[in-house]
Amino acid sequence: MITLPEVLSLAALLFCISVAGIFLNRKNILILLMCVELMLLSVNMNFIAFSHFLGDIHGQVFVFFILTVAAAESAIGLAILIVLFRKKNSINVDDLGTMKG
Amino acid sequence: MIEQIIFYLFAGMLIFSASMVVVVRNPIHAALFLILSFFASSAIWLLLEAEFLAITLVLVYVGAVMVLFIFVVMMLDINQVTVKEGFARYLPAGIIVAVLMVISMGLVVGSDYFLSERYTATPQLDPNYSNARELGIAIYTQYLFQFEIAGAILLVAIIAAITLGMSKLKINKSINPNKQVFVKKKDRLRIIKMQSEPKAKNGESDA
Repeated sequence: MITLPEVLSLAALLFCISVAGIFLNRKNILILLMCVELMLLSVNMNFIAFSHFLGDIHGQVFVFFILTVAAAESAIGLAILIVLFRKKNSINVDDLGTMKG
Repeated sequence: MIEQIIFYLFAGMLIFSASMVVVVRNPIHAALFLILSFFASSAIWLLLEAEFLAITLVLVYVGAVMVLFIFVVMMLDINQVTVKEGFARYLPAGIIVAVLMVISMGLVVGSDYFLSERYTATPQLDPNYSNARELGIAIYTQYLFQFEIAGAILLVAIIAAITLGMSKLKINKSINPNKQVFVKKKDRLRIIKMQSEPKAKNGESDA
């Protein structure tokens, strides 16, 4: 039998790896998008774990919606990335500071 | 027992592929490792009896989103040397933050609270139980409005992605009001000096 803390620690470890990835890959916006996908995956895993161990289907409904929004997010993000690459010929995060934000 | 062995196998695969996504140099390899991590987590979701979502993860994420990622990686001409430039510089900060987060999350997750009686799964013994059916009932009754909003979000995403992709192509004949306002007389009208023509003879109108 799998217990809840095992799944939760797996998801926490996955989240920490993707946070570390965002710190490490500051030069490549593509890897940053992949790390965001990994973060969403770990959050989804928490939802599914609680849904399973509490016997409640509503957690899975939330995962469904998160998957939808994440798919939309990555589609728009990649489209913006393509336009940006056409204009600047680079995907370095440091080159994208034109708005001085 | 066998369930636990399978869980640890796929958990190890998931952690390995996730860390390879972070450290690997080539973006294509990172995308392929991300696909592997999606497969591993889909197997874990199957173990947690979320069959519909596990299949959805493979179909939607591996089948659509990751293919999109790989398309984009192949379309962009990325210089791999500059891409990994700051890796060594940010390594200590990244490791410190990750370790701190692991410790703090471990303190929360490792407590005995989550081992209590409340969080023990009841095994699903009914052979006619269908996860997809239960999920569908919840989505199409209780969460109907949210489901429609999700559809609207996907529509917005389609329109946004297509608009962004087509912004360079001029397929319509629209005018540019800015250029139109700043147009000068000399841009449109050319006045030339020339000799006047002699008057036409009678009977030979050159009109």
